[in-house]
Amino acid sequence: MEIFEAIILSVLAASTPLLIAATGELVTERSGVLNLGVEGMMIVGAACGFGGAWLTGSITVGAICGIGAGTLLSLIFALMTLGLAVNQVASGLALTILGVGLSGLIGAGFVGERITPAPHLYIPGLTDIPMVGRILFGEDAFVYLSLALVIGVWLFLYRTPAGLVLRAAGDNHVSAHALGYPVLRIRLFAVMFGGACAGLAGAYLPLAYTPFFIPGMTAGRGWIALALVVFASWFPGRLVIGAYLFGAVTILQLHAQGLGLGIPSQFMSALPYLATVIVLVLISRARTGGSTAPAALGTVFVPDR
Amino acid sequence: MQLVLEKRVERSNTIALVSPLIAIGLTIVTMSVLFAILGKNPVQALGVYFIDPLTDGYSLQEIAVKATPLVMIAIGLSLCYLANVWNIGAEGQFLIGAVAGSWLAVKTQGTDAGPWVLPAMLLLGAVAGALYALIPAICRVRFGASEILTSLMLVYVADLFLDYLVRGPWRDPAGYNFPTTAEFDPVATVPVLVEGGRLHLGAIIALVVVAAAAVLLDRTIKGFEIRVVGAAPRAARFGGFNSNQLILLTFAISGALAGLAGIIEVAGPVGHLQPGFSPGYGFTAIIVAFLGRLNPVGILIAGLFLALTFIGGEQAQIAMKIPLDVTKVFQGILLFYVLACDSLILYRFRLIFPSRQVHSGNI
Repeated sequence: MEIFEAIILSVLAASTPLLIAATGELVTERSGVLNLGVEGMMIVGAACGFGGAWLTGSITVGAICGIGAGTLLSLIFALMTLGLAVNQVASGLALTILGVGLSGLIGAGFVGERITPAPHLYIPGLTDIPMVGRILFGEDAFVYLSLALVIGVWLFLYRTPAGLVLRAAGDNHVSAHALGYPVLRIRLFAVMFGGACAGLAGAYLPLAYTPFFIPGMTAGRGWIALALVVFASWFPGRLVIGAYLFGAVTILQLHAQGLGLGIPSQFMSALPYLATVIVLVLISRARTGGSTAPAALGTVFVPDR
Repeated sequence: MQLVLEKRVERSNTIALVSPLIAIGLTIVTMSVLFAILGKNPVQALGVYFIDPLTDGYSLQEIAVKATPLVMIAIGLSLCYLANVWNIGAEGQFLIGAVAGSWLAVKTQGTDAGPWVLPAMLLLGAVAGALYALIPAICRVRFGASEILTSLMLVYVADLFLDYLVRGPWRDPAGYNFPTTAEFDPVATVPVLVEGGRLHLGAIIALVVVAAAAVLLDRTIKGFEIRVVGAAPRAARFGGFNSNQLILLTFAISGALAGLAGIIEVAGPVGHLQPGFSPGYGFTAIIVAFLGRLNPVGILIAGLFLALTFIGGEQAQIAMKIPLDVTKVFQGILLFYVLACDSLILYRFRLIFPSRQVHSGNI
């Protein structure tokens, strides 16, 4: 049963960055903004997060650096799409291209270095319970944080007036504006929150998942996070299911490669990406009756004067 | 102080022409700052990047060689973007085209196959690229799945598939275990234009593609339909244009062009199939398409300019030890400025300073 426990632990670790990034993007999209730059913000978050932790020896500082880097990049995106009314798809792509280059520049000095990864929780007694102990009480702080984040976002969106206003801005910006809500400011905060989450998700990779930085280490996770938001039909709760499902696919294909089933490893590595395509098709197909996407998603808003 | 956008009554044609130039100017200013931060002399670095490659014959040829795939892919992408559909997986279509064409080169290796091999390879590359691009297009049209995400996911799949082939069944037995196919036979190689030079037939094909796209967009009903569907979807519906059919068509064309560019690259300058033979042409072509304002001639010029940054980046790495990633940063910043300047075509920027009287009026 050791192997079972190990698999569950690694699934949770693989899912956590997806969950954090997708939660941030969900809030951004609920405000009506489609930020395709998640991959770019994540990879810069990874480089800055590792750099911060390596220079100071503190995982917390690393995480803060990652969050800061993601937020800064998201501000560029906000300036473009909210300030200058530029197409959101094109701006998001630009953000990803820029992010990949920046992370290479920032990370160049750290390649080959190692840090001590984020410690795992240990509560004497509880963590020692067979089977479930390490799974429930022996994770790193980010895993618990990601779940708290989802609950927090759910409470915010559905149980606070501010959350209602944010959803209104995403569904009908003209009406929200007419009612006197500052649509652009709401979207600015939503984009920044998405950037902070993407940066933290990126930082998780070198801080807890693998204790070193390699260029391109996000390997499309930012794009999978975007797909997860669609999978979740823009509901935070469903993100958890989606993220853990994808984490499971990632880990199981790794274990299958190790077993030597005679299937080329590249085919197994392609599984998470193929699964994303298939899931997108199935979800989109099931929703032919009416989309749950925010109605104003991806449209430019320029207030009338 | 507040930045406010005012919609122009008419789109500004002057700005439409000069906006790419403003964008390039702003990018160069930003890059100078970046070079200074990296501790390099900005003037010297800019010289190595943008001037030196233009001063010798070898680099000039190399610019044309690098511009060839960029222009071909970007022409196809511009059709998609004009129709307001988002193919961002051109890199995957490029790789699959290279793989499909290489299949024939590998199978005929060492046989006495005639000069039909190369044309057949080019055809295979184009067809495979088109089919690969049709996957996201069909998922979009038939099931409503976002073509942005599916086309991008398929890039990773194509990359892994290529990796499998050159490490497995297609690996050169005499290649010391390096993941690469054997060098293609002469009949499976794109001929160079001048003996001993680098410029190859692909450059001519790229020019033909540019001309064909210009005719398609300016002189045919299909080209008109593509632009109307993109710019005014409601008007297109009233006009009876089938937007689903146009999505399939623009994806197929852009996939075919990316696939063709892929096999030309492999059978031309590279000469064999190996992983990582593309420095991200499929993604850089997105920037080329926008910098060229989605216009065929503009794309030709933009393709040459971005090819210059690839060559300049390589030379700057050798001469000044400037990391290659600077080129990607440059390209990303350039795309941002291009998009921002494009906003000036439709809007006027105005800074508003709130006056006190407005506030006192509220009391």
